Amino acid sequence: MTTPSLSSLIMAPINAVMRIIDAPLRRLQKATGIGGMAAFFLAPNMLIFGIFVLLPLVINFVYSMTGGTAFFLSERDFIGGAQYSRLFECQNYLDPMSCQEDAFWTAVGNTFWFVVLQVSLMILTALITALILNRELAARSFWRAVFFFPVLLSPVVVGLIWKWILQRQGLLNFGLYQFGMDPYTWLTDRDWTFAATIGVSIWAHMGFYALIILAGLQAIPKDLYEAAEMDGTRPARVFWRITLPLLAPNLLVVVVLALIKSVQVFDEIYVLTGGGPGTSTLFLTQYIYETGFASALRNPGLAAAASILMGTVLVVLTLIQLGIGKRGENKGKR
Amino acid sequence: MGNVARFILRRRGAHGSGKGWHWTDIFTWVWLIGGLIIMFGPAVWLMFSSLKTPAALAEFPPSILPYVTSQATVEGYDKPLMLYDAKMPDGSTRVLAEVRRIGLVAQMVDPKAPGDIVKVNINDRSPVRIMSFATNNYTEPFVHFDFLRYLWNSVFVTVVATVITLVVNSMAAFALSKYEFKGRSVAMLVILATLMVPLSVIMVPLYSIISTLGLFNSLWGVILPTVATPTGVFILRQYMLTIPDELLDAARMDKASEWQIYWRIVLPLTAPALAVLAIFSVVWRWNDFLWPLIVLSRRELYTLQVGLSIYSGELNVQWHFILAMTVVTMIPVVLVFIFLQRFITTGIAGTGLK
Repeated sequence: MTTPSLSSLIMAPINAVMRIIDAPLRRLQKATGIGGMAAFFLAPNMLIFGIFVLLPLVINFVYSMTGGTAFFLSERDFIGGAQYSRLFECQNYLDPMSCQEDAFWTAVGNTFWFVVLQVSLMILTALITALILNRELAARSFWRAVFFFPVLLSPVVVGLIWKWILQRQGLLNFGLYQFGMDPYTWLTDRDWTFAATIGVSIWAHMGFYALIILAGLQAIPKDLYEAAEMDGTRPARVFWRITLPLLAPNLLVVVVLALIKSVQVFDEIYVLTGGGPGTSTLFLTQYIYETGFASALRNPGLAAAASILMGTVLVVLTLIQLGIGKRGENKGKR
Repeated sequence: MGNVARFILRRRGAHGSGKGWHWTDIFTWVWLIGGLIIMFGPAVWLMFSSLKTPAALAEFPPSILPYVTSQATVEGYDKPLMLYDAKMPDGSTRVLAEVRRIGLVAQMVDPKAPGDIVKVNINDRSPVRIMSFATNNYTEPFVHFDFLRYLWNSVFVTVVATVITLVVNSMAAFALSKYEFKGRSVAMLVILATLMVPLSVIMVPLYSIISTLGLFNSLWGVILPTVATPTGVFILRQYMLTIPDELLDAARMDKASEWQIYWRIVLPLTAPALAVLAIFSVVWRWNDFLWPLIVLSRRELYTLQVGLSIYSGELNVQWHFILAMTVVTMIPVVLVFIFLQRFITTGIAGTGLK
């Protein structure tokens, strides 16, 4: 009993520090009352929020109306909406080459098709996975873990794993070789690379959405299915008449969540393709990053303007999501 | 055994009409087995590849396991020679070292008796393959490159950011769940609103703020913007709301200060939620890429993720090192996955947040 446990050894110094902190805080409490202590507890978080989230958000609008390459706001000249009109100057929005900022419109086009294809295919596979995981399976938590595994991997690791598989001596070509086909350099082909970005990001994120859909499936009352079974309802009918309608609110939230994430796609694609070949996998976040920081023709104001346009899309999507959430809640109350 | 097999292979057909395999049973197992291969296969392939020598990595078709062609130093020759199983005209097989190749004929010597040269048709010989683990793929980046530094930077960022996240978020959650004050709902709304402000939207001005504060090229510049996570405040607040207020009132009767209440009563009771947030935070911060890429421009400050992406983007990619370091980067996350996966999946299913 005399040997102290490891946790008490760790906690002893922390407790001592907390006791020392306590004395001045008692005085603070006496001076401000309990309400003042609430402000004290809230302050550090709000301070960090304020400096690193809210302030940048506000500054961003000012930033997008300034020009030049300097980063400090005081050194930048006000140019009004010039950055926006530069972004929007275009003869035909469907043909990026006719625009002044062709890279921006290329990125917009790429991001649009990426979002449409990635989200629809990902939600479909996630739904199928969730439906399967919701069956009476042996070792269900093992199978759930299998599909969840890539979600935890870092985007850089994901990018590198697939870069290694898709390269010329990679596993994919090895597989084709086994079937007597010729190896191919996948990541130098525009269309195949674009398809690869979609496939890889589905691989990396699908498990997350499958998990949320699975939670939605498990929230559907079991007695509905029991009643359907007693009536001898065919499984397909059960799916269309019970599962899908009751899952719809959950599914809608998942779709919007996936849209929000998909619009911001960057990390794993940047590592996998670097935006190439050419600009075939250049997406919006990479355009903002390169315009703001990386390229020789650095233009932070333009990057800020582009990021505000992207932020507007995200806000609209989020409001839709909140709207759906509200409606779901009201339904629950009734 | 029969029972086990029946349990594992439980099917709709057997369950319902008893007519054997329904198509959904077949589909389920195809999907599960396919998923197992597709989800784990790439990572396993990466691990096997990371143990191969550069020569083995350049081979096509590749071997699954890290095989290399066996070599031997033979008396009278400066360089080590490749070993082959050569078929002799009399039908026997001998292990010979290849000296040189002229057209279709290989000149070979017996490593034990390097005197006379044996001529062998190249179709009659096959390389001697032995399994060999190129462990210096792992040791060399740590010794000759800065990867030990990157590893340390990543660990530092992850640990410090997680500790600050836990303290700052739990304090805010405590204030937002246990006190009635003016502006509480506004504070709550502001925090929730920041959920929809991703880094990609604010990175340009955030960079200028970081520079103004002198945090550019500093690990603190990576840490600070990430610690006030709205997700964390949200998870902890939901949990703290379930702690009865009577407990706090009783402590106040006993002259406990508010700080003591937070530290001695509320925090220990919030431990499960804190654990979930800690796991999330470790994974988030370990995996962070875009922001460190912007803030850190000096090589000795890179985190593992940034270092890996920079090295893999170079013209002459040294894949054998990159693959090994990718495995190292993956290890903590795989450990979290193996031991704590249950916490994370229930956490996500409960809050819908990642």
